Formats: sequence, structure tokens, C-alpha cells
Amino acid sequence: MEAALTNYIRALRAAGTGVSTTEAIDAARTLDIVGYDQRDVMKTALGAVLAKSVEEKDIHDRLFDLYFSPSNTKIDPDKAATDQEDEAADQTGPEPRDEADRFMDMAQAADSDRVAMALQQAGSAVGADNIRFASQTSFLTRRILEQIGVKALEARLIDRLGQHTPQANAEAEAMMAARAALQQKARAFVEGRFEMFGRAAQETFMNEVVTERAINALSRTDMARMKHVVARMAKRLAVKHARRRRVKNRGQLDIRRTLRANAGHDFIPFDVVWKFKRKDKPKIVAVCDVSGSVAQYVRFLLLFLYMLREKVTDLETFAFSGNLTDVGQTLLTHEFDSAMNQIIFKVGASSTDYGQSLDDLWSRHAALIDHRTTVLILGDGRSNNADPRLDLMRELADKAKRVVWLCPEPEASWGSGDSCMLQYRPFCTHVSHIATAADIERAIDDMLMAYD
Amino acid sequence: MTDQPTPLGLSSIEAVTDNLASVGYISTRDISTAVFLAHHLRKPVLIEGPAGVGKTDLARSLALSLEYPLIRMQCYEGLDESKALYEWKYGKQLLYTQILKEKIHELIADADGLDASVSKLAGFKDLFFSRDFLEPRPLLKAMEQTGGSVLLIDEIDKSDEEFEALLLEVLSDYQITVPEIGTIGALVPPLVILTSNNTRELGDALKRRCLHLHIDFPDAELEARIVRARVPDISQRLLAQLVSFIQRVRGENIRKAPSISETIDWARTLILLHAEALDPDMVRGTLNVILKRQSDIDEIAPKTASLVAASVRDTADVG
Repeated sequence: MEAALTNYIRALRAAGTGVSTTEAIDAARTLDIVGYDQRDVMKTALGAVLAKSVEEKDIHDRLFDLYFSPSNTKIDPDKAATDQEDEAADQTGPEPRDEADRFMDMAQAADSDRVAMALQQAGSAVGADNIRFASQTSFLTRRILEQIGVKALEARLIDRLGQHTPQANAEAEAMMAARAALQQKARAFVEGRFEMFGRAAQETFMNEVVTERAINALSRTDMARMKHVVARMAKRLAVKHARRRRVKNRGQLDIRRTLRANAGHDFIPFDVVWKFKRKDKPKIVAVCDVSGSVAQYVRFLLLFLYMLREKVTDLETFAFSGNLTDVGQTLLTHEFDSAMNQIIFKVGASSTDYGQSLDDLWSRHAALIDHRTTVLILGDGRSNNADPRLDLMRELADKAKRVVWLCPEPEASWGSGDSCMLQYRPFCTHVSHIATAADIERAIDDMLMAYD
Repeated sequence: MTDQPTPLGLSSIEAVTDNLASVGYISTRDISTAVFLAHHLRKPVLIEGPAGVGKTDLARSLALSLEYPLIRMQCYEGLDESKALYEWKYGKQLLYTQILKEKIHELIADADGLDASVSKLAGFKDLFFSRDFLEPRPLLKAMEQTGGSVLLIDEIDKSDEEFEALLLEVLSDYQITVPEIGTIGALVPPLVILTSNNTRELGDALKRRCLHLHIDFPDAELEARIVRARVPDISQRLLAQLVSFIQRVRGENIRKAPSISETIDWARTLILLHAEALDPDMVRGTLNVILKRQSDIDEIAPKTASLVAASVRDTADVG
């Protein structure tokens, strides 16, 4: 059973939970205490010891069912050893048997435990536990069959097929059926291993791929995955920036609190209390162009910002194409996707006018912008030849802490055609080109860093 | 650390459940298993979950049912070792030095010269930094209980990260090191319960030392049992309708879903109002008991009639 537990912990680690050695020892002690006979007790007990967050608990529940499924629990390595000895004893029997015969025996065996055992052994011999991608399934299945002796069988099969006698034909049929049956079982076995060891690794890999893929090239399936990935990235950012909201202001004595703390000692200051400086919570005013080509980027930026909201930032969101609209309420009250669709439908229809939008922001929401505010502008800076209102941009830059501009177009096309990027650039604290989710993460990270 | 016989209430997972039920805490198997393992593996339990699902109450009920003292430490920003572990009794130490000053002449009167005096002084017990002048705070107090105890470290996520590091020694070895004295080990390891509302991610080192228990909102059947245990005079029909209504409200698009403690408060409120069954007007009037945000009340109020109707319909066969 200990081997089974060790393997199970390996599977947990492969699925991305960081099970430590101490926890593995705890798990073994746990099983000593609760015993092995009640599967559901085992499951909750191991869950308490091995899974240390809600996500890890989900992984544990899924893997436990896969790993300790009723047919699997019988595969006890101790028993495997004795079986092997039995087999060895068998082979010394009177009838000399070759690999092909044994393969046939195996395929026709009624004892499913024995087949499972053989698959297990062959599987570990060819390294089925190291499976990483679903596409490796066929290859590993074949390797397992070879391990069991399919080559010998196939050689004999070809031989029989060449003989063209009724008896040889019948024998060949039986061999093909046996091969198909065992192949099916081996395939199921490998697929099970993939679920246990490979799926998480594949997920991680796919997630890495989508974060680096250009946002405007994402397919529909990528989009669904993206939401999870963005949630994870946002969480990482939140953890990174949520801490240390106050710093000790050494050298500044907090007299009131020092006296209070030392009242019990006749006001002799044994305990000295220093003043704290509270750090500003990041305040972000996001102004997003939601017209046609840029809309997709806005979706991700807002998804990021909304996942960080409350934990890290005070957030105000505006969308514009021709005119500026406050969309904070829509995003709060509706489910994210439908909110985004509404916003793009309502706001994104008219032709883009950066000057007008700046004017709207300035005349209606100027109070939001002060020396602690980062103004985050997402847009391509293509203003359809309307007045870019650089005077307002200058005032904005003076009043805000920072102005960060994220542009989905590469630097080479800034200033071409109706793009005002080069005119706006001097007023921005930071301008960067964003193409992938990783770029957005980096940009937000930089922005929050300015408050640390 | 001495080996203490296992109390009857912790002898098996079922025993934990029964024991907790005897003081009115309805436990699930997850909860009982975690408590059972906490005792047998000598590990703290870290409980996470939304506010008001009975995290703190578990510790209280455990202490009550096992007849252990409950030592509670509420965490907050700025909590440090002088408030969590121990503090020197400065006043008493001052007095002691005063007395020492007066008596010192008598003590070293017969010694000649400095060296002799110092060696004479060295012969006395060092009282200044001794157990007598130590003021125990919750963690040290828990180490000193002779008959077992429940140590509740409440809302650990509210404390600073440095404080977590301070806890590690206590949680893994059940001992506290006081530099001036040495290491004070627990006489009987306490049953430690930590709670967290997840306002920040806890450190890995802490998590790895604890058993993890996640308590979520209960399903209708469990919630009904909990409310019945806490509000015994509620009628069967009202109970079924009320629980069904709460479960529906949790599924709505609201910011702060009502938790068990709110369900219980609401049940008590409705009994005070002599309600026999839910009716939309009364529900609308008492929504502020279960919903704590104005925006949530505004969201639910217009839907009250249909939610009540659905709850009444679903539970038509009860009572």
C-alpha cells in the first residue's frame, strides 16, 4: 500500500499540487490511523492532509477517484511480486511456451486482475507514467503491447496467414482478435495514466502557449482557456501587490501610542511605538477604446483589472469610441461576458474620437484624477483625423501620478496614417505595445509597482 | 510532552460527530475527520471558508464538548509576540531591582573586594529573567494547560506575514522559546484551530504544517439540521421554507451571500414575529437580517414574491 500511496502523491505532484515530503509522511501516518478499509474515510482524511487549498482539494478528489478506483486498488505491488514468482514457476512446467503463447493466454485470460497487473508492469517498463500529451497515447499503447510480446505474435500471424489452410486461417483470426482485445485494454490503461499524470502537465503547457499567443489571433477555444489563465495571473499579481500596505517610519515616535502602551509601567517608555506610513492604494482610471479592432484587447485588460479590484485597486472604468461612457456599473452588475458585449454594442458603434473622449473625461470626471491616480489608456491612437486635444492630454499628465498608454499596434505603425500615438507619447509616463496576455500582465505589474 | 489518554470524544470519527452534536454543533464528515486527525497526528487545523459558516464556532463547540478551556487569540494587523506569546512584567522587575538595591549590602557584607562580591552574587539564582516575571499571553498560556486545551487562532489572515513565522515554532513543535529562559514545551499539546477568511494568501510554510479544512455553505438538508439544532422551537414547515429560500438567495447575483449565522438569526427573527410560514411582505421587511449590503437588498427585494412562491411550492409536502 505504501507504494500505492507514493505513486498517488507523485500523481498529485504531476497535477501541480506542491505536496512536500513531510506531508507524504503525514499521509502515511494518517492511513495507519484511519485504516484502508473505508474508501470514503480514506479520501477525506487524505484530503485534509495532502490538499491545502480549495483548488488542491478539487484535484485531490478527482485524482483519488481515478487512482483508487475499485479495480485499481486491487493492484497491490506486494501481490505483484508473488504473482511474478507464480509465473516463474509456471514457466518451469512441462510445456515450453514462447512469447506469442503467453500473449494469447493473456488476451484470453478471464482474470482481469492478471491482465491489469501485466499492463501495470509493462506500463512502468516503458515509462507510461511519464506521459505528457494525449497524442502520445498510441505510441505508448504500442510499446506496452511490444513489452507483453506482440511482435512474436505478429510474426506467427504472418506465418499462419501465408499458409492458406483452414486451420491456419482460424488460428490467425483468433490471434487478431486477441491482439485487438489486448490493445483495447492497453489503450484504456494508457488513457488512465494520461488522466493522472499527463493532463495537468498538458494544461500547464497549453496555458503557457495561450499567454504568449497574440490576442487578436486567439480562437474560440483559446478564449475559454484564457479566462482561467487570466484569473490565475491576476491572483498572482494580487498576492504580489496586496502585501506591505504600511511601512515603518523609523525615527518618528508615536507619542500617543507609546504613552498608552507604557501606562502599566508608570509611563516609563519600555516599549517604543513608531509611526507608520500607510501606502497609497493604487487608484486606476482605465480609459478604453472599444471600437472594432481594439475591443478584444479591452476585454482582457478589463478582465484583469476586475479580478484585481478591491484587493488591490480603486478602479474606475470608462469606455469610448466617439463619446466617453462610465461602464463601471455595467461591469459590476452583470456577468463579465454579457457586460462586455453590452458595452461594445452600446459604446463601440460610433467612429473613434480621442479628442472628444478626453474632453468628456476632463469635463465630467476630472475629480477622479489626482496625484495618486494612474490613468491607463488602452487604444491604438487612431482618431479619424479629429483634433487630438493635446492641451487636455498635457493637463491630464500634469494632474495624474502616471499616464500609461497601452497600444495594440506595434511601434513601427505609430504615427502612420491617422495615428496620433507619436503626438500623445511625450505626455505619457510609459507607452508600451501589447500583443499577448503576458504583455498585459507585465504592464499591470509595472503599473502597480509604482505604488510599492 | 506527556502522552495523554485520548478523550472519548476523539476516539473515532463518529465519536467526534456525536460529541459535537451533543453541544448542538452539526458536523460533516469532513469536519469530524479533520478534528480526529488533528488530535491523532498532533497537527493544527486550518479552516477556510466564507464568514459565518461556523469556523470559530467549531473551536468553541469542541472546547465545550471536551470540557477543555478555550484559549482564543484574535489576530489583527500589528499583532506581535508581546501580545501573542509572553511579556515581561516590567513593573514587578522594577520593584525587584529596588528591593535588590536595598538588600545588596546585607548580602555581600561579608565579602572582601570586588571579585569576591561578584562571585557571591553569581551564587544567587537569576531571578530577574525568570518564570516569575513572565506574563503569559494566549500562546504561552495554551502551552501551560495541564489537562488539554483548545487554542483558537482566529482570522490569521488579518495578521502580518511576520507573525505567521512566529507561529511556526508553536504549531509544529508545540513549544515556545524565550531567549532569556530557554524553551518552554507544551505539557499537553493543545488542539489548535486556525481560521482564515482568505483576505490574503497564507504562507506555504504555515499551510504545510496544518491540516486543511474548507467549510462552505451547507446544502439544504444540512442547513435545516443546523437551524433545528440552534432554534429548536421552529415549526417544520417554516424551517423547510426558510432554508429553501436562503438556498435560492445564495444562487442569485449578489455580493455577500447569507451564511448560516444569518439563517439562524433570520429564523429567530421570524419566530419573534410569530410567523407560521413565509409570506412575501414579511420577507421583504426582514431582508436586512440576511443581506448586509444595500445593493444586495435592492437586487432581491423585487424578486421576493417569486422566490417565496418557489420555496413554498418546493416544500409543499413538508409539515
